[in-house]
Amino acid sequence: MEACLLEPNLYCVKGIAILDIDGNRILAKYYDKNVFPTPKEQRAYEKNLFNKTHRANAEIIMLDGLTCVYKSNVDLFFYVMGSSNENELILMNVLNCLYDSVSQILRKNVEKRAVMESLDIVMLAMDEICDGGIILDADSSSVVSRVALRNDDIPIGEQTVAQVFQSAKEQLKWSLLK
Amino acid sequence: MSGFKRDHKEEEDGGGNPFQNIEKTTVLQEARIFNETSVNPRKCTPILTKLLYMLNQGEQLSAKEATDVFFAMTKLFQSKDVILRRLVYLGIKELSSIADDVIIVTSSLTKDMTGKEDLYRAAAIRALCSITDATMLQAIERYMKQAIVDRNPAVSSAALVSSLHMAKLAPEVVKRWVNEAQEAVNSENIMVQYHALGLLYHIRKSDRLAVSKLVTRSIQTLMYTNVSLQKSSYAVCMLIRIAAKLIEEEGADRKSSKSQSPYFQYIESCFRHKSEMVVYEAAYAVVNLNNSTSQEVAQAISVLQLLSASPKPALRFAAVRTLNQVAISHPAAVTACNLDLENLITDSNRSIATLAITTLLKTGAESSVDRLMKQIATFVSEISDEFKVVVVQAIRALALKFPRKHTVLMNFLSAMLRDDGGLEYKASIADTIITIIEDNPEAKETGLAHLCEFIEDCEHVSLAVRILHLLGKEGPKTKQPSRYIRFIYNRVILECPSIRAAAVSAMAQFGASCPDLLENIQVLLARCQMDSDDEVRDRATYYSSILNRQDKALYNNYVLNTLQVSMPALEKSLSEYINLNTAQPFDIKSVPVVAVSKSENDVKQKPEGMLISSGPTKISPSRDENFADKLNSLPDAQSLGPHFKSSEIVELTESETEYVVKCIKHCYAQHLVLQFDCLNTLNDQLLENVRVQLDVSEGFEIINEIPCPKLPYNETGTTYVIVKFPDGDILNSVGTFGAVLKFIVKDCDPATGLPDIDEGYDDEYMLEELEITLADQIQKVNKANWGAAWEEAESTFHEIEDTYSLSSMNTLEEAVVNIIKYLGLQPAERSDKVPKGKSTHTLLLAGIFRGGVDILVRAKLALADGVTMQLTVRSTDQSIAELITSAIG
Repeated sequence: MEACLLEPNLYCVKGIAILDIDGNRILAKYYDKNVFPTPKEQRAYEKNLFNKTHRANAEIIMLDGLTCVYKSNVDLFFYVMGSSNENELILMNVLNCLYDSVSQILRKNVEKRAVMESLDIVMLAMDEICDGGIILDADSSSVVSRVALRNDDIPIGEQTVAQVFQSAKEQLKWSLLK
Repeated sequence: MSGFKRDHKEEEDGGGNPFQNIEKTTVLQEARIFNETSVNPRKCTPILTKLLYMLNQGEQLSAKEATDVFFAMTKLFQSKDVILRRLVYLGIKELSSIADDVIIVTSSLTKDMTGKEDLYRAAAIRALCSITDATMLQAIERYMKQAIVDRNPAVSSAALVSSLHMAKLAPEVVKRWVNEAQEAVNSENIMVQYHALGLLYHIRKSDRLAVSKLVTRSIQTLMYTNVSLQKSSYAVCMLIRIAAKLIEEEGADRKSSKSQSPYFQYIESCFRHKSEMVVYEAAYAVVNLNNSTSQEVAQAISVLQLLSASPKPALRFAAVRTLNQVAISHPAAVTACNLDLENLITDSNRSIATLAITTLLKTGAESSVDRLMKQIATFVSEISDEFKVVVVQAIRALALKFPRKHTVLMNFLSAMLRDDGGLEYKASIADTIITIIEDNPEAKETGLAHLCEFIEDCEHVSLAVRILHLLGKEGPKTKQPSRYIRFIYNRVILECPSIRAAAVSAMAQFGASCPDLLENIQVLLARCQMDSDDEVRDRATYYSSILNRQDKALYNNYVLNTLQVSMPALEKSLSEYINLNTAQPFDIKSVPVVAVSKSENDVKQKPEGMLISSGPTKISPSRDENFADKLNSLPDAQSLGPHFKSSEIVELTESETEYVVKCIKHCYAQHLVLQFDCLNTLNDQLLENVRVQLDVSEGFEIINEIPCPKLPYNETGTTYVIVKFPDGDILNSVGTFGAVLKFIVKDCDPATGLPDIDEGYDDEYMLEELEITLADQIQKVNKANWGAAWEEAESTFHEIEDTYSLSSMNTLEEAVVNIIKYLGLQPAERSDKVPKGKSTHTLLLAGIFRGGVDILVRAKLALADGVTMQLTVRSTDQSIAELITSAIG
């Protein structure tokens, strides 16, 4: 392992990925042109990463010269990657921010179906967390405040029956869980 | 059936996933809805999301498709829907690199960026900067400056981050924003501080004085006045990195110790920071400073020790990883953490456990080796192969460090060999044992015994073949060669054809090296001639007929030291030979000799901390063969004969000058092709007709020059000069050439790279002198059995002997390294390693001179007030031997 002082620049994050339970990409972004330039290499890396991480819930792994911190919930896996010399705790903060933002956006309902339903907002959140490898914001509440734009108070008349039913079900679920 | 399965799956997913099975053409088709006169956000948002999702999945769009979709997307600016607008920004960023004419949206984005809606402004800035180029940036400069000092932190951050991205394209423009960035550093918002600090450092990083001012000022604000900066862990981490770099840069001209430096004191003060992130960053910076004393790192290591007991895996990982790195430079300091590290061996995160073990093995004292090995033995069966490989590599390092412990380590390794495991794991153990054997003569016999036992029951063919090869090489040199024969012959009876063939070759080695075993070997080989496989029969027949002749020279050339040409080159030459003229016999000398591969060293340098390798490495053609292909495309190169050798890259200029020139010397039998790679670092000049004018030594003759027609800014062009070596006068084939770079300069516009005027003027640039050395003309050759070749050469080769006093050398190691480098020969029989504490050493070298002349060199070295060397050169050509003896001194 090559030990060296870290170059003082803001480009900390090499990539962010959200995978599903089969290791397929839901969303992924790579910020360094030298790290997995083609979609094919990215896929191969994601497969490899998923195989190494989906069983052991160990939070951090070193793979192919990248430090990768991860977190999973139900059928989703969140990954944040940085260079092997990067400060792991910074990466961890980014991961936590990503996870918490998604969780708040989806109202703690962190699973694939919910992500797919609010994919637009999740994409915006990812964009607000990291811009071209620079951490834009690592505080989930401020990220959410910038993207949680969906107006929930659509007049009842404009909601479909299914939507009403769904929101009623969720409210009931949460009241029971409390 | 599969369709049914998919339906079923969708049901399981709960109502189907709207984004499954989307197709590019359909999505592009749907995107036409954007063009409708009134935009319906409820319809457009899902379609745009789908498009973005598809791009994210790695779907490639052609420039036309991208442009169409991009223009359709610009229509969506009519809508006031916030989400839709924000998605459009995302789309602009995604497509900006593929679509044409993206600048069309500049005015819309500028409007959003300066508008009232805060939710638009930050994102619009970032989108705008993704479509802006260097010339356009000046147009929006005013807005950017305003945005940097905006009161809204999101806007300010977005502007700062975008400026940093833009600094790659237009550094000059961004530099002008330094005052605004300075103001932003004092912002209340922690992220704005962080981004502003990053931008400020980037602008000023080439000016050390300005950077040190920046750090000093930031430290002061941080310590005395602004409490909020203290909260910004990111900014503090950044500050630590800048401070560490300053310490490093000052290192050269600082007389007092590091701890006097205010920056160092600042970093140390960060050990008491509230945030663990900062504490770790500070500790990491301190231990990675060059030439730290153990006193300086002591505090950092105790911090890491504390962190390594954290309940958070990421923190433990970070701490152990850093300790692992320090273990090389400050083993003693890390020893203090051994107890904590031992606790981590059982960590549930295997990355942490493995790092802990390797650190322990690195720092371990000789006395603790036994205990450590016992500890590893308890859990080695639980971990996966990948981690076992890392452990084995650590053991290898340990074995090299403590040669006396070889019995313990060897026993451990052989136990590991007997366990189940994949090929890669077994191969790494076998490699380690082989390294130990080669490095430590005492361990040889036990090591070979373990390997013999292993091949008795080895399921990996490639590994068995390798071990048999090793037995053939090393076995005959042991005290009792006969005991290995049984193991080898057992393979012939029991194994598959490729192993049987390898075993036959190994037996032949014994036959050739041990005359008293010859008779028995002949009997065994005779039996092998009845084998069912033709390769085995062929080898047996071949070896038994050679051994029958009882001729030392034959043994040497065909059994002990085998063919040394490069295989791809041999294949190429043979197929050419078949196609052309088969009347003349094929000349093996015309095939380039294979360069001794550096793979052995590479293995050692492989980062052992990297827990998982990145799959099989691609086998690329060797460097020489790459060059050979390139050179063959040159006019005239065909007539020079086969390519013999290429030298390392020689720099003929300083790396920071106007023109950077590097030279590679390609050697042929009678010619030298000099490849000059030139780089133009002046952005206001276009160079044409670039060539290197050489002032060659006496006897050399310039055959041809191939100039580089054009050399634009920041591109590398290549020009060649072909030189002929002095005819029949080998003694003069080393020399020094004066070199001048000649070219026509055309001044041009830095932005476009087009020349202002058609007429250029001649100019030249002095280069450093180019030396043609002996090493350029000699190819390294690995002689497996150097002694046998040397004895044979006694009668047939020319010999010259001379004695030198190398007064500038202080140790034998230094002398050995320099002789090898100077002569360009390959050390044989590991004679390049000088045993510790000896005052005499014999270095054995072998190589081939251009034109295919064998060279053997023996250098006897003695240490007494400098190094005295007796050099004996044996070569088939008298003048080459003279050249070598005369070249030293």
